[in-house]
Amino acid sequence: MAVGKSIIRKEAWDKVTGRAKYTNDFKEQGMLHASLVTSPYAHARILSLEARRALAAPGVHAVVTGEGLPLTGEDMRDRPPIAVDKVRYYGEVVAVVVADTLAQAEQAARLVRVVYEPLPAVGSPREALKEGAPLLHEHLDRYEKNKTTHPEPGTNVAHRTKIRKGNIEQGFAESDVIVETSVSFAPSDHIAMETRCATAEIWPDGTIHISASSQSPFMIKKLLHTYFGEETGKVIVHTPLVGGAYGGKAPVQLELLAYLASKAVGGRKVSVWNSREHDMVTSPVHIGLEATVKIGATKEGLFKAMEILFLFDGGAYSDKAIDVSRAAAVDCTGPYHVENVFCDSLCVYTNRPYATPFRSFGHCEQAFAVERAIDELARTLQLDPWEVRRKNAIRPGHTTPTQVRLTKSNVGNISACLDRLRELMRWDEWQRVEVDAYTVRAKGISSGWKTSTIDTDASSGVILTFNSDGSVNVISGVVEIGTGTKTVLAQIVAERLKMDVDCVHVKMDIDTQTTPEHWKTVASRGTFMAGRAALAAADDAIRQLKDIAACVLRASPDDLEVGFGRVFLRDDPAIFLPIKDIAYGYKFPNGNAIGGQVIGRGRYILRHLTPLDPETGAGKPGPEWGVCAEGVEIEFNRRDYTYRIVKAYAVIDAGKVLNPKAALGQAMGAMSMGLSFSSREGFLFDNEQRVLNPQLRTYRPIRFGEHPEYIVEFVETPQIDAPYGARGIGEHGLIGMPAALANALSLAAGVPLNELPLVPELIWRTQKGDSYGSV
Amino acid sequence: MVPFDFAYYRPQSIAEATALFAALERDGKRPLYYGGGTEIITLSRLNLVRTAAVIDIKSIPECRALEASADPLVLGAALALGELEEANPFPLLTKAAREVADRTARNQITLGGNICGQIFYRETALPLFVAEADVIIAGPYGIRQCRFLDLFHQQLQLGRGEFVVQFKVDRATATLPHFHRKRRKQGEVGYPLVTIAALKKDGTVRVALSGICPFPFRSADVEAHLNDRNRPVGERIQAAVDAFPRPILHDIEGSADYRLFVAAQLLEDMLRELGDGETV
Amino acid sequence: MEETTKRELVLHVNGERRSIVTRQAETLLFVLRDGLGLTGAKPGCLNGDCGACTVLVDGTPIKSCMMLAIETVGKEITSIEGLDDAPIQHAFVRHFAFQCGYCTPGFIMNAHALIERHPNADEATIQEWLESNICRCTSYQEIEAAVKEVLEAKKAKPTDP
Repeated sequence: MAVGKSIIRKEAWDKVTGRAKYTNDFKEQGMLHASLVTSPYAHARILSLEARRALAAPGVHAVVTGEGLPLTGEDMRDRPPIAVDKVRYYGEVVAVVVADTLAQAEQAARLVRVVYEPLPAVGSPREALKEGAPLLHEHLDRYEKNKTTHPEPGTNVAHRTKIRKGNIEQGFAESDVIVETSVSFAPSDHIAMETRCATAEIWPDGTIHISASSQSPFMIKKLLHTYFGEETGKVIVHTPLVGGAYGGKAPVQLELLAYLASKAVGGRKVSVWNSREHDMVTSPVHIGLEATVKIGATKEGLFKAMEILFLFDGGAYSDKAIDVSRAAAVDCTGPYHVENVFCDSLCVYTNRPYATPFRSFGHCEQAFAVERAIDELARTLQLDPWEVRRKNAIRPGHTTPTQVRLTKSNVGNISACLDRLRELMRWDEWQRVEVDAYTVRAKGISSGWKTSTIDTDASSGVILTFNSDGSVNVISGVVEIGTGTKTVLAQIVAERLKMDVDCVHVKMDIDTQTTPEHWKTVASRGTFMAGRAALAAADDAIRQLKDIAACVLRASPDDLEVGFGRVFLRDDPAIFLPIKDIAYGYKFPNGNAIGGQVIGRGRYILRHLTPLDPETGAGKPGPEWGVCAEGVEIEFNRRDYTYRIVKAYAVIDAGKVLNPKAALGQAMGAMSMGLSFSSREGFLFDNEQRVLNPQLRTYRPIRFGEHPEYIVEFVETPQIDAPYGARGIGEHGLIGMPAALANALSLAAGVPLNELPLVPELIWRTQKGDSYGSV
Repeated sequence: MVPFDFAYYRPQSIAEATALFAALERDGKRPLYYGGGTEIITLSRLNLVRTAAVIDIKSIPECRALEASADPLVLGAALALGELEEANPFPLLTKAAREVADRTARNQITLGGNICGQIFYRETALPLFVAEADVIIAGPYGIRQCRFLDLFHQQLQLGRGEFVVQFKVDRATATLPHFHRKRRKQGEVGYPLVTIAALKKDGTVRVALSGICPFPFRSADVEAHLNDRNRPVGERIQAAVDAFPRPILHDIEGSADYRLFVAAQLLEDMLRELGDGETV
Repeated sequence: MEETTKRELVLHVNGERRSIVTRQAETLLFVLRDGLGLTGAKPGCLNGDCGACTVLVDGTPIKSCMMLAIETVGKEITSIEGLDDAPIQHAFVRHFAFQCGYCTPGFIMNAHALIERHPNADEATIQEWLESNICRCTSYQEIEAAVKEVLEAKKAKPTDP
């Protein structure tokens, strides 16, 4: 009925008429505004901070500084919410100025005088790991951390994940050829069009009211408890529509500042709203990477061993970067069967903006490294890169790098994706063709896979209530960040209740006091977890409706069906009750009533997840692996090194496509983001690790007209635990794009291109044999 | 978002504007003439500009003049680049304008603002260099007309209280064969690696460049090398590149050597396209 | 803040006369959003780079973060709230041409102006206009489809203004 149709998102008309509201659209008389004072140095001691002039400026109520605040961080508490004593990255917050108007706050922020003593700044992970490199955190051993975090005190290593599967020496010994490839890229940014925003207000009864553009409203509650000892029941978080997130709004940062600011002004409402520049560097960024991949293979191209070193540029604080580095390790080989795997994935501290999840959560990064290496292997062996991938494609019965045995349900069909990609791209017709003296067309491909390494006890809840006309309200903790998940939930509920999807309403915004928890709106788990909860809630409502109807119709509930707005007798649908007559209980003609309000409740928790073994990495980190095969076709000019991305392809195993147009949109949007990242994005640093391009004028994402033609298809291998078999699809489109683009350009230019972003100057320099560094 | 306050004035005549400027200057307001305003607003939020008064010149009829059928052409300094594109009185200028920022921004950015602003690419100056346009300037001592190139040394040398009213371009020159190309680091919007504008008059190429140095330029030396038909084209281009003013930009858009590589190619394209006999 | 820098402005917004007291240095974007409660125009960069704040001033798309409100006195301002069931809004919905919706008002205003000004827009004109706005969720292909559909429909019915 509703599943499998391109249902238009529920909030569509709000969004095209300007009525859709985001956090910063809610303004109140009397609300105060904050401006962030941030560090112009990437590494420096704070010698003094003088706020007197700022405090005396017109409209200013408070200047909040960092003394006495607890350290924060989700896996390891290494980050002061406001820097004290030392700043560790360019753009780090050193004070928050609160004033009547934003203009006044910004004016006063310029009056805060901070004296710094610059310290040597650590740039890349490799630099940070060098003997004698300055330490970012001298007291790494003293930080509070969870059980799965393994920092290495005395170094800049925040965490190391080890994957040890099979026997790596034996694997290389059995190999005919060993190819080693190193890749790298600097941190970059999510660039959600809505910059992050949080407001906080503390009421006289002690309740703390936060509004935030966040993927994690429920985590804000928890963290205010963990960090500041606030009772979780007294923290109420409101999240309206979110203007893009892509992982960047999963961490909790501005919310803490808003809370501290409100506390400093007697609980008045304070808004902390990022400028674009702060949003790009002060708030967490997309992680950077330096990686080396060594593949051992037979001369037929069969993988025997993979040794992988990931050095993730976690920036100044570990926060969620630890998790990202772990996720890349978990799936380090890509969707291939490799018996002997040795991987070290390090989350390394550097004096750069701190990192956080970026759509695909470590997987486009992993894929860029490994898929570039696979192309180099294919070139060395003079084999077709598609053949090499197809030959090694992982299948049910194989095990993953963390030694999870795969089944038909818990992994998608990568072979089917590759086969379809080969047809769509007309791979066999040509892979490189010289059109004229300068113009070369080339194709590149990449596979991808991903499981969602989320907390082992992550759960999701859904409540269904009914309206007096028999229509249903879906209340879920999934944040509508643009993915359309709430509309898909409505489809799932409509399908189960056999109801017109127009009669299923969704509550768009989140209020943690009334919305059941959904762990975090991340990791492509919305449809899976909230979908399961929605199904359970629908079943619960059906049971209640049947119980009431059974009394009235004098029939066993087992003989009743719910659908089409009615509860009816299965063998004679003419005998029925409209749902609207029983959703609030049934009133008999004489006034007697039974039942009461029907409230469907559903919940879901992932099962059998385990943390990784610290020595071998063995463990079950996520519920299932979605897979994809992707390709890019480019036209490259050998004279001037410019290129055009002509076509981009993706074949994704969706399990089951619940909303075709929405699914296409997710895939294409992710691909666009991946191509933008790999072709033109990335922070540029000077020698002191200051970010030189923290503006959209100099950090330029892909624009209209620069986009290629997108060709997307889905394979459907159901995951039997998931609602209607659907797998997560919000991220896969991105995974293969950087590698596929680099593979195509490497083929076209005839040199290995192992750095991002792939700007013409990089290709020119690589071909000249120069090293390419930031200026 | 301008965090500080200023007063806004919108004079209706040149005389009113210059008088306002003088009065505000006397009051210590450090006034700024205001065209499209985009740069004043962006630099204000970054704390790079501060003023207590702006004088919007968009209501001054002379600044808004667009005389496309006159000779010389008259182009008001307060015309938006988008307006110039649509009217297309000077095709090379249209091409240069079309590559600045983006279309919506160009509905605000003015010709005078692009040329007199602090952002140093000033790409719409290039067509005016090669067309040898005149500039009309108003100031405390009245109105003067000069050769634009004579007054442009890295930037337009305006006295305190002066502003550009118009440019005048010889009508025949405006229709000469020309060449324009802008190459960026990547993509279709953004600052240039190299922008080149050229036109050919009486068999001689005139060329101006932006993005090479922290200022746009037209150089007699560069042109002499390019027009030196006694030498092979490769040598001429190399000599022209060697004759570029210094310093060569080396920044986040691109390194100095890469810019020179790009510039050499664009010069070659230019010579080919403008029909330099020996190069084809 | 000196009150003398504030001034009462009468603006014509979406067909209505709206009067507001505001700082002379205030941008149109902030006056629309904070002064007049029209939050459809979105702040994305405040630097003229992203296009999320695009509104029409006398029918011309303008980045409202880059224009002072006081400059628009005597001009007709149209924000997304002033669009009345425009074909481009329907096309955006039909083609799934937005996801998070944050860039959408700006994109729609720009596309609407393009369609009005250049009903016969060719590929180059479409690109020239629409590259003014950044969308981070879609691939732009959806937006392209929506805009082209409206342009085609308009061409098919040339008499219908």
